[in-house]
This record gives sequence, structure tokens and C-alpha cells, in this order.
Amino acid sequence: MLEIRGINKSFATRQVLTNMSFTIEPGRMTGFVGGNGAGKTTTMRILLGVLEADSGEVLLDGSPLSEQDRRRIGYMPEERGLYPKMKVAEQITYFARLHGLGAETAKRNTERLLDQLGLGERGGDTIESLSLGNQQRAQIAAALVHDPLALVLDEPFSGLDPLAVDVVLAVLKERANAGVPVLFSSHQLDIVERLCDDIVIISGGQVRAVGSAQSLRDAHRGNRFSLEGEADGGWVREVPGISVLSFDGGHVEFDADTAERAQLVLRGALDRGPVHAFTPVRPSLAQIYREVVQ
Amino acid sequence: MSTTRPVTPAAPSVLSTTWLVAEREMTQRLRSKAFLFSSASLIVLVLVGVLLSGFAAGGGFSGDEKTRVAAAGPVAAILDAKTFEVENVASNEDARALVREGKVDAAVIAEQPTQKNPTGVTVIAQEKAPDALTSALTLRPQVELLGGDGVTGPLRFFMALAFGLIFMMSAVTFGSVIAQSVVEEKSTRIVEILMSTISVRVLLAGKVLGNSLLAFAQVAAIAAVAIVGLSATGQDALLAGVGAPIIWFVVFFIFGFVLLAALFAGLASLVSRQEDVGSAITPVTMLVMIPYFGVAFFNDNPVVMTVLSYVPFSAPVGMPVRLFFGDAQWWEPLVALAILLVSVILVILLAARIYRGSLLHTGGKLKLSEALRG
Repeated sequence: MLEIRGINKSFATRQVLTNMSFTIEPGRMTGFVGGNGAGKTTTMRILLGVLEADSGEVLLDGSPLSEQDRRRIGYMPEERGLYPKMKVAEQITYFARLHGLGAETAKRNTERLLDQLGLGERGGDTIESLSLGNQQRAQIAAALVHDPLALVLDEPFSGLDPLAVDVVLAVLKERANAGVPVLFSSHQLDIVERLCDDIVIISGGQVRAVGSAQSLRDAHRGNRFSLEGEADGGWVREVPGISVLSFDGGHVEFDADTAERAQLVLRGALDRGPVHAFTPVRPSLAQIYREVVQ
Repeated sequence: MSTTRPVTPAAPSVLSTTWLVAEREMTQRLRSKAFLFSSASLIVLVLVGVLLSGFAAGGGFSGDEKTRVAAAGPVAAILDAKTFEVENVASNEDARALVREGKVDAAVIAEQPTQKNPTGVTVIAQEKAPDALTSALTLRPQVELLGGDGVTGPLRFFMALAFGLIFMMSAVTFGSVIAQSVVEEKSTRIVEILMSTISVRVLLAGKVLGNSLLAFAQVAAIAAVAIVGLSATGQDALLAGVGAPIIWFVVFFIFGFVLLAALFAGLASLVSRQEDVGSAITPVTMLVMIPYFGVAFFNDNPVVMTVLSYVPFSAPVGMPVRLFFGDAQWWEPLVALAILLVSVILVILLAARIYRGSLLHTGGKLKLSEALRG
């Protein structure tokens, strides 16, 4: 488990992170969500030791992350970069060796990973000769080649076509299933919603919401319900304490001031005819995000 | 949770990581056609210089073309067979005939000594007597020199110039290579992955080491070409006097070069685009010019030369030149070397600081003070 505890960071007089704390559980994909300038990249850089925090600490399984541990994290920075004139396989092997792998293992891991990412045939080409999508795959290979203890990926899916997203995702899932904590940031809330087990939402350098996708939705559910019956739903508008959001024949979506009031509506509906569905409406991640960052 | 942690491989040492970085620098450089071409042309240039100096000294490939001399009687014995191809003839008349027919370059005959010709030896030639022959037969007084080996004038100048030129060329060539490699990592943003993997000091050290080794190899190749060239053209005397200073030059060069390489890397890290490299490294380029112009203009001025031989940036050129002419005491190169070593350590620490402070900065040029603040 990777834990970030009470991190503060200022650049000159501007405080960019305030008491940032969250955990990345092993075997789970944690989505890191926040607007531009919210502090995602700074947090990740501190996690990797590229930047130093003013205070706070990063813990691995309860003990402070050592230099040696840091070398064993796989990192893909937001600012992508590989040596343009170096060959793909050569370059990935170089990174594996920098991370401490022996020459043999480095070579073997590189071949396996490039095959997995669909770059097996391009190992002998220079990076600059690859398409942007393939450069991105090579970048991911560079982050994974040393069998990392933990993965920290800044916007790993940006610039990938839907098929490539699936390829990369499969590789990441494989690592997560093997028990590696995976943290990735993204602007694409739908992707985070689809892929992540846990979500951390930050804004203005502070954690605004944290938890599993399900628990976040439940927590921000409120008293919004959707009702689908055979009778016309127009009568629901007349119920005190209820505000109807949308109404179309027998389908009504509404906010209730209390849960009991919602049950009254259900009863009323049953009195008027058969009811096919009555469910709480869970907000999408995008809605929760808008709510918590305001 | 520790069960989820994969087996950690043995921690790679700082040295092996530094070597990995250095190795990459070298292989990339050796694959660059531009680099190979410029190295080859520098070596050819030195070879041409050595050969020209050989011809200018009048030696040429004299070993191959002996002067053909006809000699009558006992004078043949005094002619050195290494320089002359001696043809013994029976009479003075035969000797004259061979010269006339052009079969020999000149003839030497011995007659009774007279007032006008006290040795009795006469050289006969068509239009001009070969210099080698007349000087071989000339009586010269014994010469005793009191001031060292008394090398002055043009030799002193060329010697200083050669050391200065080699130092400047290598430092500028490899310095800008290091600078470009630093900026390449910044401009391609690869530096962030590197920083998250290895320490900035190791990265800097590896770069400096890799490029320094290439520079040393180049200088060694130049030295080898110069030595082989000098002996092939028969300039053995010059070679003998150059030996010790060349060794000192190499020692000073190694540390002096590391000093400059660290400065080049530190200053280059202040900018993020290849276009800005030139202006960023101008200050070091100027420093590199100092020893070159210093020794070129002041090689006859003992005070300036003494100062130059102690200042870290010019010591690699100044000290060997002073040693070559026997102007320096035995302990002087050691003191200068100690000063150089201390400066190397200070500059590397400073450069690592600048490097660390500026690597993540992108955009325009960073001010030195900002980089040092970190």
C-alpha cells in the first residue's frame, strides 16, 4: 500500500498542496481526478521524489519510501519524453537497467512487454519514426519494464485511440491483479469511472472526495429517484416537498426533501397503476466532481 | 502487505549506474556521423601539421633520398653513409666527370692544403653544392649553452600554440556536445523519468564521464598520430623534449576537462531549447579561450605564464609549456594540480546544484540565481 500523508508544498508564495492525504491500495486502480492546476502533477512528482515536499511524507507499507523503493516505482510523467534518435527496444532496456535490472532480465522484459503492447515488430525503429500513439505505448513500456512495486501514471490514456486504450488497460489491469497499487490521473472522467476501483478528487491542492466509486456515488446520491409506471406521472408535481426534474408520460425523475417523502410517491404511484421501476438515481462521476469542487 | 512486494533486485551501485549513463552517451556519440567526421578531420589536420613541420625543418623524408657523392681517395671515409651515397672514384678528374654527367649530386676531392684552402678539401657541384654536404664538411666550434636547453623563438610559440589549440578544440567540441545532450533531455522531457529513477548527481556524473572519455580517446589518438608522425619524419629531437610535458598535459587535461564539462552541463541546463544552447554556454566558451590566447600572446612573458600555469582554466596549457622550457620548479605542477583538483570538486558541486534546480524548469532561460535557489 502506498500512502500519501499530510503533504504541503509551496512554490515561492503560492501554496499548491495543502495537507494532501490519500492511499493507493494494492491490487486496485486508483483514479486521480482534478482540474488543471489542481495539483495532480505536483503530487505525483513528490511521490516520485522528483520534487521535495515542504512537509508530510510518502509511505510504502507503513514505512517511509526510501530512494531504493522509489527506483522501483513505474512512472509515466505528464510531459512525455524518450530519446528521439534511440531505438525503441534499446531505450526500454536502458530504462530497465537504470532501474536496477541486470542486462539479461532487462532484455527479456523489454521483448515481452513490447509484444504485449503490440510494438514487438518496431523494437528496432527509432522513437521519432513511430506514430504518436505508438510513442505513447513505448512510454508505457518504459514505465512498466522493471516490474514496478507501484505504478504512477499521469494521463496514461491521453492521445490513445479506443483500441489502444484497451491494450494499455489490459496491461495495467494485469499489474493491478498481481497486487501492484496503480495510481493514474485523467481528465477523462468517463474513463476513470469505467476503470477505477477507487477515486481521489482534488481541487485547489486539497482532497475533496475519496473512496471507492460505489461509495462515492452512494454518498452523493442525495434523494433523487426515478419512477417508471404505467399511469401518467403528472400528479407527482403536486406532491409537497417534491421537485420534478423530468417528466415524460409514465417516467418521472424527482428530488425529494426526505427519503420518507419519496416512499409516499411510490405508494401513490402504486395506487394509480402498476410500477415497473423505482430506483435511487446515482450521480455520474462528472456530477459528483462538479459538486465537490465547487 | 509486504507479501505483495515483488522481490527487489540488488541495489545497483552509484558507480554502475554512472557507467550506464556514460555508456549510453558514448554509444550515441559514436553512432553520430557528424561526430566521427569531425574527429577524423581533426586527426588529419594534426597529421598534416606534423608533416609540414617536418618538411619545413628541411628534413623531409631525407632518409629515402641520400645525396649521391663521388669521392676520390681517403675523403670518402669522412662522409656518413647514413646521409650520403658515396661512390669511390680513382682520380679527381673522374669525380669531376661524374658531376658533369649528372650521375652524382656533388663530388669531394682532397688536395694539398694551401693558404687559401687549409683543409685541402674541395666540393664540386654543377650549380649549387648540397647543403647537407657542405655542412658535413664544415668545422664548427664547440657550443656550450648556459640557459637551460635554450629553446626560444618560434619553437616556443608553436609548442604553446599546439597545447592551447588541442585543449581549446577538445573542450569546445565536447563541451557543446555535453551541453546539447543536457538540453536534449530537457527539451524531450525525458529528464523527469530520469530524475525519478536515478539521482541528478549520477546523471551529471555519467554525462561528464562518458563525454570526457571520448575526449581523452580523441586526444590520445591525436598524440599517437603526432608521435608517429614526428618519428617518421625524423624529428626525433623535438619528440624527446616533448615527452614529459605531454604526460603532464594529459594529467592536467583530464582534470581540466572534467572541470569545463561540469560547467558546460550546469549552464546548459538553464535553457530548454537547442536554439538557446549557444548563448547559455558562451561564458564557458570564453573561459576556454583564455589559455589559448594567453599562451599564444604571452608565452615569452614569465609573469603572465606563471599566473596562467596556476589558474585552473589555463593550467592544463600553461604548466606543460613552462615545464617544456624548464621554467617551472619540480613542485610547481603538483601545486597547480592540487588547485585544479579543489576547483574541480567545487565546480562539480555547484554544477550539480544548478542542474538539479533547473532541470524541471521549462520555457525561457532560467536565471542562475533562481537555479541555485532550487
